[in-house]
Amino acid sequence: MSDVVLRAHAVGKRFGGFTALSGIDLEVRAGERLGLIGPNGSGKSTFTNCLAGAFANHDGCFTFKEAPLAGLKPHQRARQGLARTFQLPRPFRGLTVAENVRVPLSFGGRGAATMEAAMACLESVDLAGKAHRMPKDLTQVELRRLELARATALQPELLIVDEAMAGLSHTEVDQILALLFRLNEGGTTIIMIEHVMRAVTEFSQRLAVLVAGRKIADGPPADVLALPAVEEAYLGR
Amino acid sequence: MSEAIIPALPTQAPRRRLGHAGFWLAATAAAAILILALRGMGSEYAYFAATFVLQYVVLATAWNILGGYAGYVNFGAAAFFAAGAYTTVAVSKAFGLSLLPCIGIAALVGGALGLGTGILTLRLRGAYFAIATLCLSVVLQTFIVNWSYVGGSRGAYILRPRDVPLGFDSYGGYLCAVVVVLAAAAIAIARSIEVSRLGLGLAALRDDEAAAEAAGVPTLRLKLIATSISGAMMAVAGAPLPYLGSYIEPASAFGLSYAVNAIAMPLIGGTASWAGPLIGAVLLASLQQAATVTISSAANLLIVGVVLVVFVCVAPHGIIGLFRRRR
Amino acid sequence: MDPDLALLLNGVVSGLLLGGLYAAAAAGLSISFGMLDVVNIAHPAFMVLGALIVALLWGATGLDPLLLSILLAPAFWALGAGLYVIYHHFFERRGDEAIQGLAFFFGVMFIVEVGLVLAVGPEQHFVDAAYAATTWRLGEIDVPLRMLVPAVVALAAIGALALFLRHSFTGRAIAAVAQDRDALRLLAIDPIRIKRLAFGISLAFAGLAGGALVVVQPVDAWSGHVFIGRVFAIVIMGGLSSLGGCVLAALAFGVVENVTASFFGPSWSPAVAFGCLLLVLAIRPQGLFGRMA
Repeated sequence: MSDVVLRAHAVGKRFGGFTALSGIDLEVRAGERLGLIGPNGSGKSTFTNCLAGAFANHDGCFTFKEAPLAGLKPHQRARQGLARTFQLPRPFRGLTVAENVRVPLSFGGRGAATMEAAMACLESVDLAGKAHRMPKDLTQVELRRLELARATALQPELLIVDEAMAGLSHTEVDQILALLFRLNEGGTTIIMIEHVMRAVTEFSQRLAVLVAGRKIADGPPADVLALPAVEEAYLGR
Repeated sequence: MSEAIIPALPTQAPRRRLGHAGFWLAATAAAAILILALRGMGSEYAYFAATFVLQYVVLATAWNILGGYAGYVNFGAAAFFAAGAYTTVAVSKAFGLSLLPCIGIAALVGGALGLGTGILTLRLRGAYFAIATLCLSVVLQTFIVNWSYVGGSRGAYILRPRDVPLGFDSYGGYLCAVVVVLAAAAIAIARSIEVSRLGLGLAALRDDEAAAEAAGVPTLRLKLIATSISGAMMAVAGAPLPYLGSYIEPASAFGLSYAVNAIAMPLIGGTASWAGPLIGAVLLASLQQAATVTISSAANLLIVGVVLVVFVCVAPHGIIGLFRRRR
Repeated sequence: MDPDLALLLNGVVSGLLLGGLYAAAAAGLSISFGMLDVVNIAHPAFMVLGALIVALLWGATGLDPLLLSILLAPAFWALGAGLYVIYHHFFERRGDEAIQGLAFFFGVMFIVEVGLVLAVGPEQHFVDAAYAATTWRLGEIDVPLRMLVPAVVALAAIGALALFLRHSFTGRAIAAVAQDRDALRLLAIDPIRIKRLAFGISLAFAGLAGGALVVVQPVDAWSGHVFIGRVFAIVIMGGLSSLGGCVLAALAFGVVENVTASFFGPSWSPAVAFGCLLLVLAIRPQGLFGRMA
């Protein structure tokens, strides 16, 4: 199937004696909006880190655009078109907002890193007005937008958004969602890892659920959320 | 959002900067002026003092490329500096080459040393690199002390050639001019890195290495490049040393003065840009030259140590940082 | 017995004894670098400080140098606590100033060393403990008491430390703060106070190790430099925060270094330390006994 952009096959990861992930199989098609949910400690962040290359998965493999990701370092995966944001925004504190975006523009291998390109990137996340400010002058939601700007500057085919809604107000969540929908319309496949249920159910075409390192459900949101196993995982019934 | 009643702070556009060529031109002009001025004075002491200060400018600027730009501390600057000095001794003894080719070879040796240390330790935390460089000094010194070809612990002599190249009035003047050029080149190289893509990548990985990787920055490769350039330049700083005093021995070449100053000068001047090491070097080296006449060299070093600690606590961004905050 | 074999056996034995001493030096670093994640490169300088103070006090009072070291330990503890307060205030709180923190300890190391040179001069200092002239002979093997007693005292101190860390409330809090300082706060324990205590212990061990060292060999103000490579190599080989690993690594290291010195000459000792360090960092950075992160 040539329109499968990401395939995870039997992915597993252990930390010493603790198994964080086990036997994860997942397929994501081009242009899809996938939500990844699960209780705390279920392995969502570990999965993201393995996919992005920050950790090495002991078992299984990832295939991205029909090519294996094994052995590629995070910066190589980024250049291939696999971008991620961080749960807690990690801006480059010594650089201005515009320079923050120039970094992925310069190193992502997709076109020139001019000031114009940086400003265009910032405009797409509504941060153009703060281009020459330092990250310490930005609000929480603006930092989240900067994270997204840095990720989209790579012109990724696949974007992993890691808990971008945590701690945001209702309108702020809507702002970020609108951004992500726009991105998806432009052709970017998005995996959203979230706790904020409203956001992830509104956004996702498909929902996958991780519990204790295993995938227990994978399908349309309404179906998945109605499953007794999922209810039990979240509500402990 | 644009209907805000409270006026937003004016956004400062970044100041327009000199291009690469412009800066190199300016540095060349400054070097030429300095050489002519010193030649006008014609004093051997002035040549010596200027050479003393300027070798520190090169050393501090070189240290800052890895320390300030990339955020990796090198405690073994003395090792690289001495490597340059001993390369000159070994090469001139073996092949009879004059100063300039020795400087070139010293650059290669320093670069290789930097690359080697980097390959072994830069995959790990910065602290491990720092510790490894600290040990490097001791080991290299042990190696040199046991190498009788370069004089071992007895030291080595290099006689200044009788014919002074390029029509300078004395060898001291020639040496000084060479070091002026080296200092100008070092600063221009540092500045070129700073405003280039390499500099942007280094600044990103200094602030957050994981985020830089996620943004496509090949962090290990850039770190190795920075370590090699830094190492090469530090060795270049040391290459003229045998000709400066004509006699070198391991204790002074690997001396703590070089180790602490290489760190203190950029930290006190400011690590964010090329100007910091220059300011720090000129200030500290001049002060030490003046102080050595009046107090013992050990007390001298103690003062540098105290000033370093005080600055690092109170003004972590150095003198430049103090000025930037006032704007 | 074949003379080379005798040389080897003696090298191993004195290496083990030296290793016991190195273990005390490294134990302190295991706490500050391994558990508290404070890169105190001035640790060996404080060892030298301890060594020279003990030497001077011995010269003045004639009391047993190891006894003096133990009596001096509380003073070093206080010094360590004070140093940590300064470090924490200026650097740990800020969090993002990594190179300034490293430079701070470098400056401190410098001040201690140069201060010592100015205060007591660059000559070597030595003590003659009461038992220093005695050497036990076990067949072909010499066991000089000059090395045995400090090693035993050092290992006993480490044993006491291990018991403290495992069984006392404060000790367990120290181990806990190494792993998760926020969890500690939830238990209404001030992590800063615990770290201050721990850093004080770290420096107290440095002083103790220094006092033991000066019984074994002469010490001068610059001796710390050779020790930097040794103690860091040992702590890293031992797996950073594991005291047991530290002791084993120290013993192994002492043997390797001493045997090398016996056969190739003592001036190559720093190279051994450095070589071990590089090897460990290149191949197995979590140490021989540590756990992968």
